[in-house]
Formats: sequence, C-alpha cells, structure tokens
Amino acid sequence: MSVESNEAEIASSKLKLANKKLGLKMLWFVAGAIAFSIALVPFYNLMCSITGLNGKTDNSASSIAKAKVDNTRLVTVEFVGSVMSGLGWNFYPKQSSITLHPGQIATVLFEAKNITSQELAGQAVPSVTPGEGAVNLKKIECFCFQKQTLKGGEVKEMPLRFFIDPALPPEVKVMTLSYSFFPAVEEKK
Amino acid sequence: MSTTTITHDEEHHDHPTGIMRWLTTTNHKDIGTMYLTFSLIMFLVGGAMVLGIRAELFQPGLQLMKPEFYNQLIGVHALIMIFSALMPAATGFANWMIPLQIGAPDMALPRLNNWGFWLLPPSAILLTLPFTLALFGIGDGAIATGWTFYPPLSVQGGIGVDFAIFAVHLLGISSVMGSINIIVTLFNMRAPGMTLMKMPMFAWGWLITAFLLVATIPVLAGAVTMLLTDRHFGTHFFSAAGGGDPIMFQHLFWFFGHPEVYILLLPVWGFIPQILQTFSRKPMYGYKAQVYSLWAIGALSVVVWAHHFFTAGMPVPALLYFMYSTMAISLPLAVLFFCWIKTMWRGSMTFETPMLFAVGWIILFGIGGLTGLVLADVAADAQYHNSYFVVAHFHYTLFAGGIMGIMAGVYYWLPKMTGHMYNEKLGKVHFWLTAIAFNMTFIPQFFLGLAGMPRRIPDYAIQFTEFNEISTIAAFALGFSQLLFVYNIVMCVKGGKKATDKVWEGAVGLEWTLSSPPPYHSFTEQPTVN
Repeated sequence: MSVESNEAEIASSKLKLANKKLGLKMLWFVAGAIAFSIALVPFYNLMCSITGLNGKTDNSASSIAKAKVDNTRLVTVEFVGSVMSGLGWNFYPKQSSITLHPGQIATVLFEAKNITSQELAGQAVPSVTPGEGAVNLKKIECFCFQKQTLKGGEVKEMPLRFFIDPALPPEVKVMTLSYSFFPAVEEKK
Repeated sequence: MSTTTITHDEEHHDHPTGIMRWLTTTNHKDIGTMYLTFSLIMFLVGGAMVLGIRAELFQPGLQLMKPEFYNQLIGVHALIMIFSALMPAATGFANWMIPLQIGAPDMALPRLNNWGFWLLPPSAILLTLPFTLALFGIGDGAIATGWTFYPPLSVQGGIGVDFAIFAVHLLGISSVMGSINIIVTLFNMRAPGMTLMKMPMFAWGWLITAFLLVATIPVLAGAVTMLLTDRHFGTHFFSAAGGGDPIMFQHLFWFFGHPEVYILLLPVWGFIPQILQTFSRKPMYGYKAQVYSLWAIGALSVVVWAHHFFTAGMPVPALLYFMYSTMAISLPLAVLFFCWIKTMWRGSMTFETPMLFAVGWIILFGIGGLTGLVLADVAADAQYHNSYFVVAHFHYTLFAGGIMGIMAGVYYWLPKMTGHMYNEKLGKVHFWLTAIAFNMTFIPQFFLGLAGMPRRIPDYAIQFTEFNEISTIAAFALGFSQLLFVYNIVMCVKGGKKATDKVWEGAVGLEWTLSSPPPYHSFTEQPTVN
C-alpha cells in the first residue's frame, strides 16, 4: 500500500512539475506575441512607405536633377486643403488642380489665414489618393516639411514645389493631394 | 486503492466554507460555476443596456437620452457581451467540462485558474463605474467610442476610455491565463490512451481558441496601451499631426478583432457536434474533417482582418486579397456545416431543449455566416459598411451563433452539473420565445441596413420607423424571455427530478461516466481510453 501511494505521489509531483514547465513555456509564447504587437508599428510604417498603403508621401525634399520629363502622358493633380478642429485657421489651395507631364516641376500656392487673435502653430499632414501614386509624388519644397506659425490675423501664402516621378503606374491619371492642418504638437512635454 | 484514501483525506481538511470557499477555491468545478454565474449576470446587465438602446430607437428623434449617453450604452453593451458574457461562459464550460471530458482530476494550474477568474469582477466594475461616477459629476461617463476604440475619438474621449483600457488589460490577462491553463491541461492531463485525435470536439475547439487568444490578446493589449500613451504621455502612434496614423489602430485592433470572432465561436463549434450526436444517437460524422476545419479556420482567422474596414481606403490588390481570403474561410466552415447536418442525418432524433437550441443554432448561425459573405464582398460592402445590415449580421453570428449555442450547452450539461433535471417544458418555451423574438428583432435590421440606416446613431429618418418599432418590441420580448432561462437555472440548481449519471440516452463521453453531480474531486481513479 505505502509503495503504491508513494508511486502515486511521485507521479503527481512529476505531473505538477511538467505542468509548471509547459505553463512557463506558454508565457514565452505570450511574450513573443507582445513583442510582435510592438513590432507591428514599425512594420506598418515600413509597409506604408514602400507601398503608399495609407497615401503617405515621402516627407523630405527630393532632388530635382535626375527626373526626365515624360511627354507622352498627362497627369492631373487635384488639391484639397482642410483644417482639423482645434486650429483656428482658414486654409485652401489657390488653384484647385493642375495638369502636367510626369517629371515636369510645378509650383502651387496654398493660402492660410489665422482667424484668431493669438499666435497659432500648425502642422500640415499630406495624404494622396490613390495610394498607389503616393510614393511617386516627389516634393522639392513644401510648407509641410516643418510646422508653420501664424500670428493673430496673419495671412500667409505657402508654396509647394513638386514633380511626379515618371515611374508612376500608367493607370493613375488623376491624383488628389490633400493637406490637413493639425494643431502643431508640442515638442516633448 | 491508495489513491482514493488520499483524496478522501483531502476532502476533510482545508475546505473553507462560505465566501472563503469561493475566494480561495482552486477546484475546477467551483471556478467553472463562478465563471458561468458571472457570465449570466453580465449577460443580463449587457441586455438591460441594449433595451435602453432599443427603447431610444423605438421612435425617430431623441426621447429618452442624450446622444452621448446612447453612445456609451452601445460601447459598453458590446464590451460587456463580448468580454464579460460570452468569453467567460466559454471559459466556464472549459473549466467544468474539459477535465471531466479528458479524464483529468482537475485543471493543470489550479491557482492560476482562481486568479484568472477573480480578475473578471474588477474589470466589470471598471467598465461600468464611469456611469456611476458621472452621476456624481466626475468625468463624462463611460467609453463612448463603440467597442472598437477607434482614434481620434478615443484619444479625445473622457475618463471612460481610460477605464475601458484598464478593463481590457485585466480581461486580457485573465483570458491569457485561462488559455495557458487549458493548453497545459489538454497537453499534459489527458487520460492514458486518449490521443489528441481522440479528444472530444469541445476540447479541440478550446485548444485552438486558447492558441488564438494567446497569440492575439497581446496585440489588443498593445494597441490599447499605445492609445493610453497617446492620451496621456505625449506619444503619437495614432495622431496624424505627430506623424502617426489612425488607420494603424484599425489594423492592430482587427488583427485581434477578427480572431476574436472565432475565439467566441470555436468553443461552441466544439460542443454543438457533441449535442447533435447525443440526440441523434449516432456517432459524430467526420471527426477528422471537423478537427482539420477548426484548425484551418483558426489559421485563416489571423490573416483576414482588414475586411472590417474596406472603406478606410486600401490599394485594390489589398482589397482583393482580403476579400478572397475572407471568403476562403467559408470553405472549412461549409465542411463543418456539412458534418453537423450529416451527424443528424438518419439518426433517431429527439428534440429535448439542448437539441432544439442546437438545431436552431445551425440555421441561425448559417444566416449569420452567409450574410458575412455578402459583407466580405468589397463592392457590396461599400453600401453595407457601418449600416444596420452589419449589426444584424454580427448578432446572427454572436447572439445566435454564440449565446444560443452557449444556451444549448447550458441545458445539455446543467443536469450533469447540478444533479437535477431542469424543467423541460419551460426550456422549450424559452427556446421558441428566444428564436422567434430574436428573428423578429434582427430580420428588420437587415432591411434597415439595406435601406441605408447607419449604426451607432440614436436618431433616424422617419421612413425607418416601422421596422425599428418591430425590432424594439421584439428586442424587449427577447430580453424578458431570458428571465425564463434564469428562473429555470435557479430552480434546477435548487432541486428537481434527480438526473441519472448518463442524463441523456445517447450521451457519449467520459463526463457521463461520473455521478450527477460529479464528486468534488473527479476521477479519483484515472480512466483509460481505448
């Protein structure tokens, strides 16, 4: 009897140990899943910058030099300007659209007006539709590269110099470039 | 016989009574009972909230509440029903039945099990407390973003969002602990001779559920934590002005959110075939095909998430991928439907309450699945997105496919758990009232959605009035029918006709070899399976 009960006890403590071990192994699985969820953020941004999935444009100045003008086709670029809540500005493009050859450099003006009496800083965030064309919209100079500050009542013309990369997929004939002005984010609290 | 002496001793010492029994218990049946009780209470709480929503929608215009409060009811209703009613019900069954079904004395990690349950009540308090706080002028009420937490609204929202985020953290920890426990139990504690491919279907359903939970809950926890840091610590994961992207939240959320649908349903797909086999009195059809289909669905569920926001804007190749992969899920699901129907085919069927619920479940869940295919179509989705069609669809999958399935399980196992038979006549009345009222509530909503009524809005155009009135009246009937369910359960726990060990004539499985109710420590002698 006592031998048997010893064996049973040994077996049950062995099982407990095995359970604990497998339980701890599963914790590694969970840790992996947490790491994965954090890694999804840079992965998402990488995917977007490669594919233009979310219509984000490359937000740094491109060099003018290499692009050759593709005279065989025309692309229409439409402009939209909007202001998000919390920023007391008016903001609109001075021309609603432009038609140009890929590779051709164009300058368009946007106008912003601070309709409050206080100094306000805004940050323009671009978005391009269709997303397939987003990576092909190259900016040489843009008011969106840094935040813009307007004094109370100040009106400012904001230039955008850009060209369309001739690598633009042929099915894209019309693109819409939208700028939304957000209240500028305070740098590091 | 030494094993019996050991357990006999255990039964006499360290057995606290009263509240301490429940606070400190590590017994899988006690914990299962607590999970199921908690689930039932929260089901009634979530149901009461939705009656408020339906009352407001009885007529166009705003009669009963402010839109802000309406939005809070909608969000908290969903969070409670998903995380505090459906998931705990499935976990409760897992705790009660998995050890019995696989011939184990208890769950593998009993203390973890206790902790897993006791995280739930605090999380429920966190979810609902902001309602009360608002009455005392603190904050502006509960989370008003819907259960999906979409930014920028959730970044701008009041303290209700913070409460909900912490509630989700607790719920997440609880279900991850529950899942680890189930995985370890299923891998280490099976009776000798029970290979993985001899496990009961319910165990299979839960094994896949548990893996999905462990893999995706951390992603939800991560996403809501980023939301929290965006709200309070100056990060910009989801704020476009700071270089973030609100759409990224939708990707993170639905990477969890779509598997979550299967997390809610897979346990039900596990025990429904067992119920069908019991009342058809013939073996389950296509056991292997069902197991493989469950795996296929589990695997596919993590690669289809973006069909929840086709209209957010995506390149065409991405739309096509998510459409086709979503539709691909219907193939293994069709295999399951075929197996369920074939299990009944030419069986000598009887229609006790669990069987009524199971058969009704197949039909109604089928409607839920088919309307889901319509929504998965990118071209059609442009019209249906965010309309009442979606609301009707997911209530067919989650109320019919989830809750009515759970009810089938309750009636099926209640005699085993309590040792008493429930009132069969009342059970049948409950089924018919539920099934009819459910359809009356949600069929009009399909048409409302097709006609263009948007979800999550407390007011609507007057041409939608009649269908909304039908839906509201039926929703109240549906809600009050559930009191029969509660009454039946309470009476069954208190007493009633003694249940036999086998309970059902055609019952198959190790849980039916034990007495009804099973002894406090099940399987004092380990069974073997051939």
